Amino acid sequence: MRVTYPHMGHMWICIKGMLEYLGVEVVIPPPSSKKTMQLGVKHGPEFACMPLKLNLGNFMEAAQMGADTVVMAGGCGPCRFGYYAQVEHAILNDLGYRYQLVVLEPPEKHIAELIGKIRYITQNRSWFKVIKGIRLGYLKASAVDHVEQRAYYSRPRELRPGETERALKQALAIIIAAKTPEEMPAALDAALKIMNGVAVDQHRPVVRIGLVGEIFTLLEPFANQEIERKLGKMGVEVDRSIHLSEWINDHLFMGLVKNERSSKPAKEKGLSYLGHTVGGHGLETVGSTILYAEQGFDGVIQLLPFTCMPEIVAQSILPQVSSDLGIPVMTLIVDEQSGEAGMVTRLEAFVDLLNRKKEIREGTA
Amino acid sequence: MSIKVGIPRALLYYYYHPQWVTFFRRLGVETVVSRETTRGLLDKGLKSTVDEACLPVKLAVGHVLDLRDRVDYIFLPRIVSTARKEYICPKFLGFPDMVRHTINNLPPIIDCNFNLYHKGSSPADFYFQVGKFFTRNPAKIIMAYNASKAALEKHNLDMQSECLPVRQEHAADGVGNCNGINIAVIGHPYVIYDNYISMNMVKRLRDSGARVLTADHLPESVVREEAFRLPKKMFWTINQRMVGAAYHYFGREDVHGLIHVASFGCGTDSFTGELIERCARCGSHKPMLSLTVDEHTGEAGMVTRLEAFMDMVRWRRNLADAAATL
Repeated sequence: MRVTYPHMGHMWICIKGMLEYLGVEVVIPPPSSKKTMQLGVKHGPEFACMPLKLNLGNFMEAAQMGADTVVMAGGCGPCRFGYYAQVEHAILNDLGYRYQLVVLEPPEKHIAELIGKIRYITQNRSWFKVIKGIRLGYLKASAVDHVEQRAYYSRPRELRPGETERALKQALAIIIAAKTPEEMPAALDAALKIMNGVAVDQHRPVVRIGLVGEIFTLLEPFANQEIERKLGKMGVEVDRSIHLSEWINDHLFMGLVKNERSSKPAKEKGLSYLGHTVGGHGLETVGSTILYAEQGFDGVIQLLPFTCMPEIVAQSILPQVSSDLGIPVMTLIVDEQSGEAGMVTRLEAFVDLLNRKKEIREGTA
Repeated sequence: MSIKVGIPRALLYYYYHPQWVTFFRRLGVETVVSRETTRGLLDKGLKSTVDEACLPVKLAVGHVLDLRDRVDYIFLPRIVSTARKEYICPKFLGFPDMVRHTINNLPPIIDCNFNLYHKGSSPADFYFQVGKFFTRNPAKIIMAYNASKAALEKHNLDMQSECLPVRQEHAADGVGNCNGINIAVIGHPYVIYDNYISMNMVKRLRDSGARVLTADHLPESVVREEAFRLPKKMFWTINQRMVGAAYHYFGREDVHGLIHVASFGCGTDSFTGELIERCARCGSHKPMLSLTVDEHTGEAGMVTRLEAFMDMVRWRRNLADAAATL
């Protein structure tokens, strides 16, 4: 059994660590690229959201590398993601790919369904080992998030251009190399030490932008055209509203790990504008925008794939939030047609606007 | 003067309007249904909605705007779920908020949650909440609710006997000059039954001599059973109905062709359309036409495609008849 799974930013680090710890052979598809996208667009439904197309491309590329089993997460609506695995499997099947599909999702009838699937993937390893493996996966996700948050800080402030990227690469390599949960604390320390070694100018004025929106487009640098890096270069400190470890803790562990970031406050805040969860991260998008405004961020950027249903609801509400709380909000919609130049122009214009606003505010203050 | 409640002629109006109207009438409340869709009404909706929203949502906003200045309340229930462990679509969940935050000077909105997702939930809870806007007498609400339930049952039975949920203009009621061709039209009720955005598709098909069948002509049990063939239960009620109906009609001898109508930007249609198309390709020899409508759709293009499709269906049928006599 050679297991593969789709890309979503640095998620592969966490799942690879977990599965390899359990002795499962893993095939990581090549990072999402134009080619991946083309494969997905050619065979996927036209109006499907972009993550589906990229997943499809990932699976096709992984098949060429010898993968024979797909592990996917599922869900029970109302976001389309809950039906991804089934549609993708039907498409792959018709194209002649013979994949075994394992969908990890809340069971329809009985918990035994889910347990059976986990036992199948882990090939009947003891539950003690499985739990340790899951812990390793979580620790890795959490370490990656901490390192990335350091990068958000140092990118706009670095003294030598490009140093943050180099440090980030080294730090991630250390986290990837750790093989057991016991090695993780030391690896995290080493990685953070590298990140802290980046020379920064602490007094440089920066604008702060919160990134909100759909989880896949936020996490996958190919999908968002490396927006974090681009903004960093323009002298912007970013903060992302969704992190992988936070998602795992909230949705899979039901908030078991305490004192970590959580999406709960965002959901509570969002309810004042949007009276009901709308699936996906629609409610969190509205709530996070309110939180960023309260924390004094200079602006918010919403990212979503074209035709994303929950985010369209949020998008319709954000202008009201923006005018009520006085925080500029820009919506960026990405799909297979998105061009880099258009994106950069819009980001530059938005950052200019925020800079100007900040200057005026501080000049009069 | 009695209180006036506005009901937009959009979205799930087509399934529930007899129930809603009866309920309000029994409470002594006057109902005002928005006018039939026109270009001007749709244009108003387009201007007040984000570009990315789907056509039905834009249209529904247009209908809300049409009611804005003529009623005391606007009835925009938040229809979360109409069956256990199923949803309608994320936009239905957020629709009242989308409207509230994009349109100014609205009368109060009645946006109670209609939610049957959980075990033991009942539509009565919803009607109680709505009733409380107008009366404090629970007995009155119960009586109105019971009457409305009967109206809904009658409506459902009517639909199963091939009536359309709304009166079509000059409807040449089905059978008239029908020469035995049956066409299944699969699409969201608020697209195929709206005369403007579907461009009178049902009437056009009938005029060209076809009997039109839709997903709503089938009893729920049949549709659910057919949809059971999907690898996983579909969690959008209307789309489950569409897929189930498509599977059913593909398997029926007396249905000669199938038209799938999707609206541009509809998230759920992109998936069900794909599943239906794949079924058409490998499991059936019936002709299938996939039509996508949006606010720019031209009537001529639609007519041409429908005519071509009908020609194809007729030729196929003649060929099949000829082959049978050989």
